Amino acid sequence: MSVVSDTIDWLTDPINRTGPDGFVNRTVEHLGYTAETIAIAAVIAIPIGLWIGHTGRFRSAAVAITGAFRALPTLGLLILIVLFLGIGLTPTLIALTVLAIPPLLAGAYSGLESVDRQTIDAARAMGMTEMQILRKVEVPLALPIIVGGLRSAVLQVVATATVAAYVGLGGLGRYLIDGQAISDYAQMAGGSVLVILLALVLDGLFAGLQGAATGRRPKKQPTTA
Amino acid sequence: MSWFLDNFDYVRELFVRHAWISVLSTLIGFAFALPVGWFANEHPRLRGASVFIVAILYTIPSIAMFILLPGLLGTPILSVSNVVVALAIYAAAVMVRSVTDAFGSVSPAVLDAASAAGFSRAQRVFRVELPLAGPVLLAGLRVVSVSTVSMLSVASLIGVSNLGSLFTDGFRRDFLTEIVVGIVAIVVLAVALDLLINLVGRLLMPWASAQQTPRARISLARGSRA
Amino acid sequence: MIEYRSIGKTFADGTEAVGDFSLVLPSRTTTVFVGSSGCGKTTLLRMVNRMVDPSKGQVLVDDVDIATRNKVELRRSIGYVMQHAGLLPHRKVIDNVATVLRLNGVDKKEARDRSYAVLETVGLDSSLATKYPSQLSGGQQQRVGVARGLVSDPNILLMDEPFGAVDPIVREELQAELLRLQRDLDKTIVFVTHDIDEAFLLGDQVVILKKGGEVAQVGSPADILAAPADDFVRSFVGIDKGSRTLHVEQRDGVDVVVDGTGKATGVLEAR
Repeated sequence: MSVVSDTIDWLTDPINRTGPDGFVNRTVEHLGYTAETIAIAAVIAIPIGLWIGHTGRFRSAAVAITGAFRALPTLGLLILIVLFLGIGLTPTLIALTVLAIPPLLAGAYSGLESVDRQTIDAARAMGMTEMQILRKVEVPLALPIIVGGLRSAVLQVVATATVAAYVGLGGLGRYLIDGQAISDYAQMAGGSVLVILLALVLDGLFAGLQGAATGRRPKKQPTTA
Repeated sequence: MSWFLDNFDYVRELFVRHAWISVLSTLIGFAFALPVGWFANEHPRLRGASVFIVAILYTIPSIAMFILLPGLLGTPILSVSNVVVALAIYAAAVMVRSVTDAFGSVSPAVLDAASAAGFSRAQRVFRVELPLAGPVLLAGLRVVSVSTVSMLSVASLIGVSNLGSLFTDGFRRDFLTEIVVGIVAIVVLAVALDLLINLVGRLLMPWASAQQTPRARISLARGSRA
Repeated sequence: MIEYRSIGKTFADGTEAVGDFSLVLPSRTTTVFVGSSGCGKTTLLRMVNRMVDPSKGQVLVDDVDIATRNKVELRRSIGYVMQHAGLLPHRKVIDNVATVLRLNGVDKKEARDRSYAVLETVGLDSSLATKYPSQLSGGQQQRVGVARGLVSDPNILLMDEPFGAVDPIVREELQAELLRLQRDLDKTIVFVTHDIDEAFLLGDQVVILKKGGEVAQVGSPADILAAPADDFVRSFVGIDKGSRTLHVEQRDGVDVVVDGTGKATGVLEAR
């Protein structure tokens, strides 16, 4: 199949690897957008999510807002912000942050909700302050779900950061947009493969992190009195 | 506003198109995920494998899927069928997991009681397991329908027309109104489908009133992608 | 000494858990609140460490109104043991026990040493110290819960149906263990249960509660049996069913003790 061999040729041609337009550089750009987005979204969403989960307040509002954010098409939002602010990194970061907030927020509050109420009651009865309960009991126990939210957010952002290229930025999306403009299927397919590989690597990384967060405690109960 | 009124027929046409592509993709994905998820729940060892495959499929960015599929399916890149297949793959990928969770959430004691009461294997699946898994299935379907509606708009980048075309067109013409109309239309469609699924759920499962179980809430954290 | 002064508690949803309740709990004794669910016994218990604040009235510990004390510090100075032990699932047994000490600023080494010592006091093998709570049996978890309540050597120990979730045989063991501990340690224990036998077994002072924290009778087990205040108490302690009214019958020259239902329960020996 020539499509496949063309794609392999594109991926293995050293010309495509180096330089400002090479995929090493594009991958770094792509990772940069992802990391910045996740950092901003986490700073916003995780404290709010923890607060909602800890206090149980505004939960239905949080569910409604995450639902609404989810329905917003990132592409449309991005273009809208670009028309307001002009071409640049900021619109992309804002649009991707809106995308990343729902899973992070939901991960944080549903993680805290999953913690046994009785454990929290016991911690309070022992004389932990609310902050200590959050730090020493709720967050450690909710960590697998919080990291799960983070994983989901990273995956979505890394996949969607391709749209940044549409509004003139770099990243791996460049190959998809440029390739489409000149009907260079090999370039588009090659770019796609790179995005998939990057997504898989990151997902694997976070799966490991999630496993580490879950795996410290044994789950089985070999009960003998 | 006047642009919207002038182009009402055009927007309506895109809306209808967007709606049927989303619904069709979601339904195909659901039809695929239901038996696979059920089977995965019955066979715990397959569970891990299915979750893994699904996770890999899910990492594929939608635009990459839209571009790569024609090469694999041999369909022209501008064909709608290739977009439907791509979206159905995502829908199935997300739902296999939630279907597995849904069947897993049915209490073994209830199943035991059903068998004891004389339900045959097949009767038990259709009359006990499926209805009891219903609320979680529904929650999964709602998440997927919203993300499918949103994801479809990306297909406009490769030239398949839908409400996302309003974004690409508006960007080319530097025309704000068109983009706002596109966003509003997509949100309206997503909300409408969500309400519709919820309504169907209420009609089919009056006992559950479609409330979210804790399990469903946690799987929501896994999210969707636009 | 713990003193309740005209305590009342109405929760935010309008339910009145306690109407008007006054009582003195003497130091170094065990007071048991016993009653059916909804009698407010747990609410009364949780007022002592301000897990619940009364809507009216005062709770005094050693003549100090605890409303004037910082909640968190108060809780750290009072031991608390609850049903299902309430252990932190992500910490090892030893760290669970050491938690309160660490909260009180005791350094890590000393906290560990004291925790090992108290594990021994409650009859747990030190090999269990590095296990996680889920790896222990229900009875062992409950012992860890007691150890955690005792570790900072508090004057007051609150126990909320601590043995309610373990099987009867383990429950008897734990009850015996608690009696032994109390002989050695001399704490002021507030104990909540719905089981009258447990109340009579453990309590120096037994408080039988009706709905809404209304006191049906207060007294030692012997006082209550000797003079039940009313039909409610008579029925609650089981006098009307006959299992508490014993008499002696002669069998081949031996005094056999028989209850009201005609069932032999033991033999009478000369003192």
